Amino acid sequence: MRRVAVVVFPGSNCEAETVAAAQDAGSDAYYVWHRDRDLRQADIVILPGGFSYGDYLRSGAIARFSPVMAAVVAHAQAGGPLLGICNGFQILCEAGLLPGGLMRNAGRKFLSRPVRIRIERTDTPFSAAYTAGEEIIAPIASGDGRFVMDEPAAIELEANGQVIWRYVGENPNGSTHDIAGVCNAARNVVGIMPHPERRNAPVLGGPDGARVFLSMEAGDATQHAGDLRAVGGHHSRV
Amino acid sequence: MPAFRVEVRVMPRAALLDPQGQAVTHALHALGFAEVGTARMGKHLVLDVEAASRDAALTRARAMCERLLANPVTEDFSVAVEPA
Repeated sequence: MRRVAVVVFPGSNCEAETVAAAQDAGSDAYYVWHRDRDLRQADIVILPGGFSYGDYLRSGAIARFSPVMAAVVAHAQAGGPLLGICNGFQILCEAGLLPGGLMRNAGRKFLSRPVRIRIERTDTPFSAAYTAGEEIIAPIASGDGRFVMDEPAAIELEANGQVIWRYVGENPNGSTHDIAGVCNAARNVVGIMPHPERRNAPVLGGPDGARVFLSMEAGDATQHAGDLRAVGGHHSRV
Repeated sequence: MPAFRVEVRVMPRAALLDPQGQAVTHALHALGFAEVGTARMGKHLVLDVEAASRDAALTRARAMCERLLANPVTEDFSVAVEPA
C-alpha cells in the first residue's frame, strides 16, 4: 500500500474524488493543505483538479508558489511519482516540472463532457496498468485545456516518448499534436487534462480511469518483484 | 525612494492561437468595423513601484514578469516605466 498525498489548494475541487479513487485502488490516500510544508512520507503526490486561486493571472500561476510546492518539487527531483490532473497539470507546467503550457480552449467554451483518449505510453507510474494503444473514455472539465508548445519542442517531446495520452476522434480544445497528457524527461512527473478520477467505476459510467490509480500500486508490486533477483541460488536485492 | 509607475503588457505569443482575440475580431466585424484585420488580446498590469532609479525599477519589473506575471512558453511581455 502506497502513501498518496493529494494536495488541496484554495479553489481545488476534485480532491475528494481523487482521494476516493486512490483509496479504491488500494492506496493510503490523504489530504495535504497547500500551506503545509510536509508531505508526511508520501510515496506519491497528486495535484487535483479545480480552480486554484480562481485561475487569476493564469491557471496554476499562483498555486505554483504555495508553501507546499517546495516539498512537491523536492519529491519530484528525488524521482518520486507526481501526477497533476487538469488544474494540477496546469500547476506543474507553470512550475516548470512539465514542458509546455495550457491556454484557453480553441473553441473558447468551457468543456465538460466525456472524450476519447488513447494511452500512448505505459512506462510511467500512472499509466503502467494500461496497454499501449488502448483507448478509453475520460471526462474533461476545462476552460484552459489546450496544451501548447512550439513545433520543434513538440517533435522532441514525441521523439522522447513523453506524450502519454492523446485525444482520438476529436480534439476538444485544439491542443498541439492532440496531446491530452505528458510526462517529464525522467518520466516520474505526469500531467493529464481529462479526469480519470471522475470515471473509475461502473456507477460513474465505466471503470476507464481506475487504472491510473491502480498503476500506482502496480508500480509498487513491479518494483518489489524486480528488486529481488535470484543470483547463484540466493535472492539478492539489486 | 522615488516612486515609479510600471506598466506591464502581457500578450499571447504571436505564433499561438488567441481565441479571445478571435472572438473580439468577429464581434467587431459583426458591428461593421470591417477595417479590423485581427485583434489580439492580452493583459495590462499597472504597478506602483519604489526604486532607486528608473533603471532599477525596470530591472525589478522584468524580474517580476519572468517569475510570475508572464509565462515564457505562452506569452511575451513588455515593460514601460515612468515617474509616478
